[in-house]
Amino acid sequence: MRRPGRFRLPDSGYRAVLAVAAAVLAALAVWFLIAIVVQAKPAFSTLGFSWIFGRVWDPSHGKYGLLPFILGTLEVTAVAVVLAVPIGLGTALALAYLVPRRIRSSLSTTVELLAAVPSVVYGLWGLVVLAPVFRDTVEPFLTSVLGWTGLFDGPSQGVGLLLAGVILFVMILPTMVAISRDVLAVVPNEQVEGAMALGATRWQVLYKVVVPGARTGLLGAFTLATGRALGETVAVALVIGNSPYIAHSIKSPAATIPSLIVNNFGESTGTELAVLFAAGLVLLVIGIAVNSVARWLVWSTAGSSAGATSR
Amino acid sequence: MTTLLDLPGDPTLERRRAVQEAAASSLRRRKLGSAVALGVCWVFLGIAIVPLVGVVAYVVAKGLPAWSVDFFTKSTVPEGIPGGGVWNAIVGTAVITTVAIVVTVPFGLLVGLFLAESDGRVAASLRFTADVMTGVPSITVGIFGYIAIVRNFGNSGFAGAFAIGFIMLPVIVRAGETAFRGVPTSLNEAALALGARKVTIARKVVVPTALPGVITGVLLAVARGLGETAPLLLTIGGNQYLQWNPTKQMEALPTFIYSSSSQPYADQVQLAWGAALLLMVVVLVLSIGSRLFAARLRKERR
Amino acid sequence: MTDAVTVTPGAENAATVRADEAAGLNPVAAVVMTLADVAVAFDGRTAVRDVTFDVHAGEVTSLIGPSGSGKTTLLRALNRMHDTVRTAAVTGTVRLGDLDVYAPSTDPTLLRSRVGMVFQRPNPFPTMSIYENAVAGLKFNGIRKKALLDEAAESALVAAALWDSVKDRMSAHASTLSGGEQQRLCIARALAVEPEVLLMDEPTSALDPIATKRIEELVVELKDRVTIIIVTHNMQQAMRVSDRCAFLLMGEDKAGELIEYGPTAQLFSEPTDPRTLDYVNGRFG
Repeated sequence: MRRPGRFRLPDSGYRAVLAVAAAVLAALAVWFLIAIVVQAKPAFSTLGFSWIFGRVWDPSHGKYGLLPFILGTLEVTAVAVVLAVPIGLGTALALAYLVPRRIRSSLSTTVELLAAVPSVVYGLWGLVVLAPVFRDTVEPFLTSVLGWTGLFDGPSQGVGLLLAGVILFVMILPTMVAISRDVLAVVPNEQVEGAMALGATRWQVLYKVVVPGARTGLLGAFTLATGRALGETVAVALVIGNSPYIAHSIKSPAATIPSLIVNNFGESTGTELAVLFAAGLVLLVIGIAVNSVARWLVWSTAGSSAGATSR
Repeated sequence: MTTLLDLPGDPTLERRRAVQEAAASSLRRRKLGSAVALGVCWVFLGIAIVPLVGVVAYVVAKGLPAWSVDFFTKSTVPEGIPGGGVWNAIVGTAVITTVAIVVTVPFGLLVGLFLAESDGRVAASLRFTADVMTGVPSITVGIFGYIAIVRNFGNSGFAGAFAIGFIMLPVIVRAGETAFRGVPTSLNEAALALGARKVTIARKVVVPTALPGVITGVLLAVARGLGETAPLLLTIGGNQYLQWNPTKQMEALPTFIYSSSSQPYADQVQLAWGAALLLMVVVLVLSIGSRLFAARLRKERR
Repeated sequence: MTDAVTVTPGAENAATVRADEAAGLNPVAAVVMTLADVAVAFDGRTAVRDVTFDVHAGEVTSLIGPSGSGKTTLLRALNRMHDTVRTAAVTGTVRLGDLDVYAPSTDPTLLRSRVGMVFQRPNPFPTMSIYENAVAGLKFNGIRKKALLDEAAESALVAAALWDSVKDRMSAHASTLSGGEQQRLCIARALAVEPEVLLMDEPTSALDPIATKRIEELVVELKDRVTIIIVTHNMQQAMRVSDRCAFLLMGEDKAGELIEYGPTAQLFSEPTDPRTLDYVNGRFG
């Protein structure tokens, strides 16, 4: 093993190199946070904090209301998650327990691979293919059926909250399904058999035993998917219509914080640029808040079933 | 021997009768409910697969006609003028990604090795940091790249590589840690018992044994970095001419797709589909390749 | 719904009657379950075959034999647990009272509410409380009346000798119980549905000696309430708990077959087949 004459790192040196690398990573993370906070600070020092909840975005008149974008971000994410949770869970159950064994793994792999398709591709597809279909078919149909709810007021334009939410849903679905399928599939077979032997129907086995048994992992999948939806930029920016007004209907064009930043970044200077940095900070805070709630949920359910697997 | 089964009025027997009656009378409802619910799962599977397959099929159908010699060899022409290719964007993506890999992979693996060898508070908080970094919205990474690099040096391929590297880094760190941790302690201890020093162990035992996991993780990180668009929009500036020098403004495939897709010119949109197909193929090849590679190495080990 | 038990003489000829009487068993005890030429194959390969015997009400019947002799495979054929395995095929006849277990008109979920099962390793539902575990089978079977649920849960937990230690913490998670208690909860869970037959698949193989002893005592106590078929690889256990015993052995074609069936005392003291003698004397397996 020893080759004389060759440079050899002593043990302490080896540890030191690793420690330096670790320290650089930590420094990078701190730098990231400080850089954004420092650059966003002028927005708060000149405008205060009330602009975050302002309703009007009109930079040429010094109005930087962020509320339309905060709401847009949350609404688009909500549409995506409301679609992705039941459909993702049903798909994962089908992939883990219903699909014939022979094609199970190839189908699952296909879904996992689709998680790697770049989001800009989904955006392009949404803008070119789905937008006309939504404008001419889907939105008029939904309006005629669900118009009474008031959710579908206004003209059908294709681009808008609904389309952006649907594109996001398609985009986060593979992630959601891949993780959910994994955690559902590892629920011990003895649990499944235990329920079966008591006279449970197939659905009762899945719904009363398998899904509760996997709930911690399912929450994790849900969190990750929600996080991806919240932070997605280009796929949303291409199909949401980019309107700086609070949406009055699910069909309305709107904007999200990421789409606001990416659309205005090139032309902004001074206070407006600082406001965009601050908007990024607000997005980070929303992301952390959602993540914390999910972590707390995971922690509180995991805590009550800790060590639950039978030996 | 008489069993209680024969005695009337026995509470066990009465309960048995009640249970069996209830089970029989609810059977239709339960079976129907089960069939409906399982049917819904199948329908959801269909709903999930149709758009996903639809996206891929559509990109292939629209993108393949765009692929020509010009597409791969010529640079973008000004909007509205027909012709041109995406060679400049291909070169940009290649250069930016290469720079990001060269810096991030060794660095990320060192951190991964550190985490694999450490327990305790420092390691735990670093692990937490890496996890948080994974979840940071990519647009804010773009902002960071802008503040850290562009503000001082202007738009450049390096600024893009910095942002993409920031996104790839935590993925590599965590994949590296998982792979290094998978190295059996016994191997480690056996080497130590033979008098090997830690750095030798790392080089001769830990790294080779962990290689499949490391390569899989790196390829997945690269696949992720390749498709990132938002950070590049804020950092590389765009360039319709061929540019190999990462200190200058560059074009990249995802940003090209983004800016072309809302153009009114059919030729430009056509190029965007071609670029989308190219990007998708590269990303999928990397993802599939990483799986196959990992599976093969695992097999050889056995 | 047919009556729970059809009374048919279980011993037709004088010889078996004499054997039963000699073993202290009631020769005309009702037959709950009959197996005729039962065989199970996976993917065309027979795992166990030629199994024919009657299961008598109020008794414990044990299935013994070395590993690979198809005991568990046979047991799982009795409540159609092989249904989920696409390649599994069960042939021959299994009857529960009047019910042909494998008739197309027989619903497996309904069958399983009449034939309960306890598994090798305790498998309480980890996300449910002790109470929810105890009534899980009843709820699966569409019972919603709180009074009946409570009554059945208490009765089953009492019968499983678990009531006194859990009655004050019914809402605690099942995972807070010890391994032996978990297995008794699983027995209670099966008993709550008031099955006619309880299948037990090596129920003590994952337990320590003390917990094993308690389960064995429980098996003997329970036979007044439910007919038990128990798989065990432990001959002493079979002797201690069972009234009748079926001995299975792997044949030359790697398929298990029934070698001998009879009262436990007789099977262990004066078996008719030399292979049984070899096995109970510990010569192989």
